[in-house]
Amino acid sequence: MLCFAQHDIVAGVGAMNIAWFWVLGAMLTAYAVLDGYDLGVGAVSLWIAKGDDERRIALNSIGPVWNGNEVWLLAAGGMMVVSFPRVYAAGFSGFYLALMVVLWLLILRGVSIEFRSQVKDPLWRALWDAGFWFGSLLLTLLLGVALGNVVRGLPIGADGYFQGTFALLLNPYSLLTGILSLVLLAWHGTNYLRVKTEGALFERAVRWSQALWWAVVVMVIVVTVATFITLAGRPRTFLLYPAAWGAPVVMLIGLVWGFASRREDRSNSAFRASTLVIVALMITAALTVFPNLLPSTLNPAYSLNIYNAASSPHALRVSLIANAVGMIGVIVYSTYVHRVFHGKVRLEESHY
Amino acid sequence: MNGAVFAHRIQFAFTVMFHYLFPILTMGLGFFIALFSTLHLVTKDERYSNAAQFWARIFAINFALGVVTGIPLEFEFGTNWSRFSSFGGGVFGQTLPLEGVYAFFLESGFLGMFLAGEKRVGRTLHWISGLGVAGGSLLSGYFIVATNAWMQHPVGYETDASGGIHLKSFWAVLLNPYGIWQYLHTINGALLTAAFVIGGIGAFYLLSGRHREFGELSVKTAVVAGVILSLTQLFPTGDLNGASVVQYQPTKLAAMEGLFETQRGAPLAIIGMPDTENGRLIDPIYVPEFLSFLAYGNFNATVDGLNSYAKDLWPPVELTYYCYHIMVGLGTIFIAQMLIGLFLLWRRKLHSSRWFLWMLMLTVPFPYIANEAGWVVSEVGRQPWLVYGLMKTPAGTSANVAAGETIFTTMGFAGIYAMLSILFLFLVARIIHHGPEDSAAHA
Repeated sequence: MLCFAQHDIVAGVGAMNIAWFWVLGAMLTAYAVLDGYDLGVGAVSLWIAKGDDERRIALNSIGPVWNGNEVWLLAAGGMMVVSFPRVYAAGFSGFYLALMVVLWLLILRGVSIEFRSQVKDPLWRALWDAGFWFGSLLLTLLLGVALGNVVRGLPIGADGYFQGTFALLLNPYSLLTGILSLVLLAWHGTNYLRVKTEGALFERAVRWSQALWWAVVVMVIVVTVATFITLAGRPRTFLLYPAAWGAPVVMLIGLVWGFASRREDRSNSAFRASTLVIVALMITAALTVFPNLLPSTLNPAYSLNIYNAASSPHALRVSLIANAVGMIGVIVYSTYVHRVFHGKVRLEESHY
Repeated sequence: MNGAVFAHRIQFAFTVMFHYLFPILTMGLGFFIALFSTLHLVTKDERYSNAAQFWARIFAINFALGVVTGIPLEFEFGTNWSRFSSFGGGVFGQTLPLEGVYAFFLESGFLGMFLAGEKRVGRTLHWISGLGVAGGSLLSGYFIVATNAWMQHPVGYETDASGGIHLKSFWAVLLNPYGIWQYLHTINGALLTAAFVIGGIGAFYLLSGRHREFGELSVKTAVVAGVILSLTQLFPTGDLNGASVVQYQPTKLAAMEGLFETQRGAPLAIIGMPDTENGRLIDPIYVPEFLSFLAYGNFNATVDGLNSYAKDLWPPVELTYYCYHIMVGLGTIFIAQMLIGLFLLWRRKLHSSRWFLWMLMLTVPFPYIANEAGWVVSEVGRQPWLVYGLMKTPAGTSANVAAGETIFTTMGFAGIYAMLSILFLFLVARIIHHGPEDSAAHA
């Protein structure tokens, strides 16, 4: 039994649970799009940006916004505690060691961005350039591995917990999703650099963006095939609701749009295309697991889904309202901050 | 207590205490940056804008480290304390996303604009972003303290037949009576720390004869703010935070004061070393009947001692007792120090009294110690409870994480944080060496 609980949906019971599933999905999607471009810039930074000036331009293109972008992950984490505490408990304790590595990489990457330009010394700067690149690169990979494991399912037992060893987490399927995440965010990041930079750095970003598009297409095909093999008809959303196929179709449209935007003068459109691909991919992944949040590979009945892992209806309703009110403000001034810093980066007025 | 529980506690204690070194300053310094920005906007005096820019540099380093060391703590709710999260997430977790949604976005968004500088974003927006940074950091503190307050004094929940808990009132959790004074005491401590840092660095410049104008402004600001803040630290915020402890956590109170026997007219121990085995203080100096007065406003009131409770309900007495006495002792010294400063200011000798400037410079670490010690009292004194009266600490850990894993990653954190400490001190020393006037030349 996969706990689809369709009668619940029809009766209107659990509307809050469904709403929270999509709120979390939206938060994580926003995180993937926003932190995705600054992670992507980092992942390609050593190769694309040559020399101190170009490195500084790359850093300044994300400098004023990277921190705010990372807050989406924090806010999503907090929302998961309050809405689906059992998922937070099982997922975070199960992924214990992997998440500690993620934390160390987040620390490395954060201090690399903030420390680099504090001292004008080539060795100092080379060190933090490497830290920024290494942290970003591994994070893009690990976030994809994590998502792959969630889609694939985890050995959750009757007690609702599992113990995630590296041997378990680094399975072939999840490594493939990790590589997809890496090339997709790298593509997204180069598209961002196309929007924010000029000159030789811009030219290189264009060439990298064109090459990475092919890598994304290849990995999308590979992961799609792997998903069909690994999940073997498990996700019933696509059977019950044919409209769900819209999400992967939109992803394909995004890819085509990305190809159409490969020319130099279409950089804004290229960035929109990679954004669309990421959004559609996240929605596809969400539809694949729905109504589960952490599917169990041992027994479908042990899966943590939006019903058995949720807080009380009252808690869900109240926190939805409290967070929705705040999110209106967040969207308004996040947009505003991005507008203040729109356009090409100028070094003479830069902090980083 | 088994090894895994101990390992989880050590990991959380270490990472949270290291993290807190940074928000202590950002929560307090944000206010002073907003103050200097506002004074600049009103008076058009360049001194204030130079000061605001200089402190924003110090703020930015602290903020960056506060962010990167803060993310682990949110994760640890799930990685280390998963059974606690699973049990109470729907109740205490209400405040966690609100910190991100209402405070972090505000803080990080406006800090980007503030650091970009007046030239890039314009004078008014620059000022607004200064206020946004201060407001964001003060607000984020509230949500965290409210979360902690629920662990000190759980409210706003109801219990079901199977022993689970569910949210009953969001507002009760958000406006926990324990949290209000705990928050004000915490923020007051952060503001006081910022005043000491401003005074200490200002004193350094005056002593070394550089940046006189900036040094005088800083020392004066520190002393005026410091007198007010060191007094409000004691009363009303400290006093009323203590009243919550008296009302809700008798075992913590007894451990703080080293009171073993329940007695009428209980004395206040100024110093003394607890002998937990024999239930007494070694070499104490008492103020007779004063504890009864402090706790209940009556010299004859009865105060519960530790012996009235089963030993397995005692918090670790020594740590709670000493940290409390360190906090109060330092707080008393701060009041005296700042009153001396005020006297010197009144006599117009503040900027020339080198002995006082030396003292101001060297006491910068003390408010940090007092803040950390206060939190140790709060958290260690709450033991053996994770949620007071509701869940014991060993019941809240992640049972699927072995002690060996936690010890391994704790060593990793220790190494990383040691590196961060060295880098932090190095970079702050550079900013101080660089000085305020030419703080715009940065890159």
